[in-house]
Amino acid sequence: MSTDTTTPLIERDFAVPDIHCAGCISKLENGLVRDRRITAARVNFTEKRVHLSCSPEADIPDLIGAFSNLGFEAFPIGDGLDDADAEAANSRELLRAVAVSGFAMMNIMLLSVSVWSGAMGATRDLFHWLSALIALPTIAYAGRPFFRSAWRALRHRQTNMDVPISIGVVLVSAISLYETATHGSHAYFDGAVMLLFFLLCGRWLDSVMRDRARGGVTALLRNMGTGAMVLNETGVSRWVDATALDRDMVMLVAAGERLAADGIVIGGASRIDLSLLTGESAPQDVHADDRVHAGTLNLDGPIRVRVTAAGADTAIADIARLMGEAAQGKSRYVRIADRAARLYAPAVHCLALTAFIGWIIAGAGWHHSLLIAASVLIITCPCALGLAVPAAQIVAAGELMRTGVLIKDGSALERMAEIDRALVDKTGTLTLGRPEAIDLDAIGAAVQPVILALAQASRHPLSEALTRGLQARNVRPAPVEDVRETPGFGVEARWNGKAVTLGRPQEKLAGDALATQVTMDGHPLATIRFADQLRPDALGAIAALEAAGIGAMILSGDRSEAVAPVARALGLTAQTGMSPQDKLAAIARQTQQGHKVLMIGDGLNDGPALAAGFASMAPGSASDVGKNAADCIFLGDRLMPVVQTIRMARRTQAIVRQNFALAIGYNVIAVPLAFLGLVTPLVAAIAMSGSSLIVVGNALRLKRAIR
Amino acid sequence: MNGLVFLIPIALGLGLLGLAAFFWALRQGQFDDLDGAALRILVEDEEEPAS
Repeated sequence: MSTDTTTPLIERDFAVPDIHCAGCISKLENGLVRDRRITAARVNFTEKRVHLSCSPEADIPDLIGAFSNLGFEAFPIGDGLDDADAEAANSRELLRAVAVSGFAMMNIMLLSVSVWSGAMGATRDLFHWLSALIALPTIAYAGRPFFRSAWRALRHRQTNMDVPISIGVVLVSAISLYETATHGSHAYFDGAVMLLFFLLCGRWLDSVMRDRARGGVTALLRNMGTGAMVLNETGVSRWVDATALDRDMVMLVAAGERLAADGIVIGGASRIDLSLLTGESAPQDVHADDRVHAGTLNLDGPIRVRVTAAGADTAIADIARLMGEAAQGKSRYVRIADRAARLYAPAVHCLALTAFIGWIIAGAGWHHSLLIAASVLIITCPCALGLAVPAAQIVAAGELMRTGVLIKDGSALERMAEIDRALVDKTGTLTLGRPEAIDLDAIGAAVQPVILALAQASRHPLSEALTRGLQARNVRPAPVEDVRETPGFGVEARWNGKAVTLGRPQEKLAGDALATQVTMDGHPLATIRFADQLRPDALGAIAALEAAGIGAMILSGDRSEAVAPVARALGLTAQTGMSPQDKLAAIARQTQQGHKVLMIGDGLNDGPALAAGFASMAPGSASDVGKNAADCIFLGDRLMPVVQTIRMARRTQAIVRQNFALAIGYNVIAVPLAFLGLVTPLVAAIAMSGSSLIVVGNALRLKRAIR
Repeated sequence: MNGLVFLIPIALGLGLLGLAAFFWALRQGQFDDLDGAALRILVEDEEEPAS
């Protein structure tokens, strides 16, 4: 097999969030190919991805293992991102159109400058013909996105920004061609192409923003491409993708793994973290014959699960159905640019028509009147308007991304600016959603390094919490030998000749709090308790929300005993024990009272509510369903980004309004000039580029708005 | 005036050349990983394995 070099390789993509520097790139690229199953590895730093070419016998866990040997955490990225590919292709087509129109604009400008500076007679005609030669194919190629969208709108008897653009560009090119053929001086080829160039820049910025956010979200979607180790009849285990899982297969779920399908436990006992599914913070004991659900996390020991439902049949499917219904309200939102176009497009057409009829009545020839109508169209064409919104939004989104907030699209920013009520989930949103060691400082400084050394050897959630907590206290691991992990029990090792262990407490503790115990030669040294903690700045963030005029309320699926302390600490009212339907109803109630609701949540059970909220945010640790449904995702442990996003969204909206005012102000000055027939191609070119630059410059003021 | 006969095609030709180069670079994936390209210059190439 190893000599068979013709075996077809398979290509796989992995998201690796921890790529930070040039060192990481070379470490990954050189380190991964040392695994003989991996032929080539290529890091994409911008998207924090690694592309692997590997031989078919390499299973996903093997490949993830190759990453973790190098000290990186990797998450497989599945296929089935068809609409993502379509979006990327669309954005590339726009970039090509920008390049073509940019090239054409520069060359036509070169020729136009000579005409403006006094080229006459045959030279001017030659230059006009050359301009036409460049401009007409460019307009046919680069104008397609506008023509297509305008045609779509007209077919549905609607109008959008693209209708006046398309009519303007086509009409102006036709008149300019006629003007060129009749040796006239008013050829607007430069204006038409420049208009397309600026508008395409706006479109392209818009799509780049969506691309970037989508890249970030894809990197976060961990469950995509997950699966499970499946035991076959002969007792051999094999990795099976989640999509290929089927009823009656037996999954082997190790501690710290998420379940890939619904099922019934047939062997082993463990505790299951349901927080993503129901919002409940206390882990649930499961034994043989208990039902377990996809998306929940196995905390303690390995269990064997017979699959009862996989893929679309899982309990999540119900939630997906609710989400589909809930999301319909959001699609009814009309973006600010389209709202402006509804008023603007008819006005532009009326103005041009009035100019044409006015000059005919005043006794000018139809040729002269048409020329003036065309210059009105070119002047009023929403060049600055087309840039006003995307320029501001991409600057805002870029700034937010730097502080760890991913915005899915521009409409999310617009909606975020309008909210006046926040409904917040508890588990995983107000709290960190993972166990944190509570009483680490009570442990002797001599024992801490040993605990760290043991905890580092395990990927159990409690061990990871210990590692995080101790590393934050600058503890260095003690040198231990013979480290061994026994699933369901814990880690053991030898330290200075003594046997040390980190694992389940020997006696049952009061309550169902999570805890681990450190022992040396069989004697307990210390017991560490774990609990879900509030996010470090939750209090400040809630206060800042109130200061911004946004009242907050807790909606939790957890029991009231668990929610009460959090609600008291933050001074919020809370509703508890809520099902996904209850959360939907709560949002509907608030909406009926005229509030614009921001839903912040992370779990599967929050999915429908996230889809139904006027705007929604999810933390980076949220379930995939939550991340998919939310408009924005904030990374890290702090809650403050929520407030920063709202502030930024409001600033952006203010800038967008200023930009509209600037564009309209420019029209107020320029349109009368065009009406009087005073606008020459030179004036049109200067006015258009000038107003666009001002609008972009105004948008750049958002750059420092967050700090 | 005669100079134009040469200069204009040259100007357009150079512009087209730039456009073609841009498309080539786009298709080759030169723009796929802009931040990574800035860092790769710092990566020390590992010596080629003895062949």
